[in-house]
Amino acid sequence: MHDYSNNHNRHATVPALLVDELSVSFSMYGRGTAKADLDAIRALSLDVMPGELLAVVGASGSGKSVLAHAVMGILPKNARVGGRILYRGEPLTEKRLGALRGTEIAFIPQAVDYLDPLMRVDRQVIGTRGTRAAQEEIFARYRLAPEVGRQYPFQLSGGMARRVLFATAAVGGDVKLVVADEPTPGLGPDLCAKMMNHFRQFADAGAGVLLITHDVDLALGYADRVAVFYAGVTVEIATAAEFASGGAALRHPYSRAFADALPQNAFRPIPGRQPYAGGLGKGCPFFDRCTERRTDCASGDVPMRALRGGKVRCLHAT
Amino acid sequence: MRLNAKLVAAPAARMVLLLICVTVLSFLLVANAPIDPLTMYVGTESTLSDAAKAEIAEHWGLDDPLPERYLIWAKNALHGDLGTSITYKRPVADILKERFALSIWLMMLAWVFSGILGFLLGIAAGVRQGTAFDRAVKVFCLILQSAPAFWIGLLVLSFFAVRLGWFPIGMAVPMGKLAADVTLADRIHHLILPVLTLTVVSIGKITLYTRQKTVETMDSEYILFARARGETRGQIVRRHVVRNVALPAVTIQFASFSELFGGMTLAETVFAYPGVGSATTTAALNGDVPMLLGAVLIGAVFVFAGNLIANILYGVLDPRVRERGDYA
Repeated sequence: MHDYSNNHNRHATVPALLVDELSVSFSMYGRGTAKADLDAIRALSLDVMPGELLAVVGASGSGKSVLAHAVMGILPKNARVGGRILYRGEPLTEKRLGALRGTEIAFIPQAVDYLDPLMRVDRQVIGTRGTRAAQEEIFARYRLAPEVGRQYPFQLSGGMARRVLFATAAVGGDVKLVVADEPTPGLGPDLCAKMMNHFRQFADAGAGVLLITHDVDLALGYADRVAVFYAGVTVEIATAAEFASGGAALRHPYSRAFADALPQNAFRPIPGRQPYAGGLGKGCPFFDRCTERRTDCASGDVPMRALRGGKVRCLHAT
Repeated sequence: MRLNAKLVAAPAARMVLLLICVTVLSFLLVANAPIDPLTMYVGTESTLSDAAKAEIAEHWGLDDPLPERYLIWAKNALHGDLGTSITYKRPVADILKERFALSIWLMMLAWVFSGILGFLLGIAAGVRQGTAFDRAVKVFCLILQSAPAFWIGLLVLSFFAVRLGWFPIGMAVPMGKLAADVTLADRIHHLILPVLTLTVVSIGKITLYTRQKTVETMDSEYILFARARGETRGQIVRRHVVRNVALPAVTIQFASFSELFGGMTLAETVFAYPGVGSATTTAALNGDVPMLLGAVLIGAVFVFAGNLIANILYGVLDPRVRERGDYA
């Protein structure tokens, strides 16, 4: 277990990224011409400080990938976005995003499918914002042989492909925010550890890293803080140390149950299923499955609030 | 590049097989058609005696069994002798040579124009999927695709040649002009309307196809990633869309030689353009078996060549195929 809490950058006051009550819904055509709005994210709040690695964890279907796409401004046209996204204290408008994507703000996607299958790797890494010199230097840093640049994406091995994706993030130069969407599935433990080290390097160099993952276990070893996501809502933000020590130190009943379900802790499953974000009304989304629920949890707003150095979205957490 | 046996031998074998099948089938069709080649040759009002007719039939081998007749034809064809056209009273090989030279200009110009215009239009519509422009392009192409080629030809003819009088109503050179006096400008002037017609006939397919591929590409993860890396729409189109759409578009354009040949036949007939297409129509109407078989042969070779080029190009242009070294 690493302890990164002493990282000096964490004392910076302006978050690299601040997401405040973000909501994302997709308008879909239902039966006939009826239009329905599908909620993917209902209320998401988190912040990533410079030099910090924040892991966003949650079961699949909790809306994690949509968060990454919302920050990067690559949601489909039928998406409706509410709430605020601030980058270094200023709203991340479309115009600002257009200038920052690929330079200060980098996106690391899941798989090699995100590379153009018909373009050689070096040209893709350079993209429209990098230089040949930067690409060569970064290839050396990620131990990618120069020949790899002349290859096409389909020729890359799994590990090489991931390093190329990291290289695309680093080539812009002055990276201040890294958004990564499920970067590790399908990789062996060694490769996963290498990936996480690369993320850690970005953070240690002063960038804020937003790491969206379902591999909590892996992330805990490298993250500073963890945001727990449930049914389109952030229910808790805690330090990685609190999370790793098991459920007791956590604030929200779901995150406690989530931590207890981890193999190295009690390995105890949570009964019931995560509700679909769109099917939820008012009140706490965990209401159905919560062992500590009270009548007022079922209705009314449940705001995010500060508690014991972390944040929680629960009316009764102490 | 490895020019392995698989690349050359397999298509060659397929080609031979195709030519045999096509010619046998045409032979059977013509032999069973209600047209008597002898009557077509001597004319219905002929005063020739029955004995003389029988002699001609004997000379042509019309009473021989069909397989034997086919084999004789095939043997001669292998030696470059496609027989003598009944309609034109000249060797079929010579007629085809002359006329194909005219038709190939018509086809290739229309092919290039429809390919380039259709590709650009398809991309322009595809990246604007769902807009009024996109819908207009789609409707326009669907109308063109469902309109018969000869009808479009007649519209073009009646508007540009008859109403406006800008272009001649037919033929490849001015009527009554000596062959020696015909200029290149004359030829081009006569070629414009048939080319326009054939272009319009061919453009719908390639445009709709390119548009569809563009829409699929724009929905892909690598375009999403390109956007996330700050590429503008123009950059995305130039760097990724053109590259990824050109590959299938070029292939489909080569593979559409059959439609091109069919369209050419109709366009030539409407404009009385003396190419292979109009010769084919004339031959079919006159029961001119040697001419018809020759035209079928050249059509089959042409279409096969298009498909072959499409296959080979895919191997050359697509790195996923090329770098692995195995061709489909």
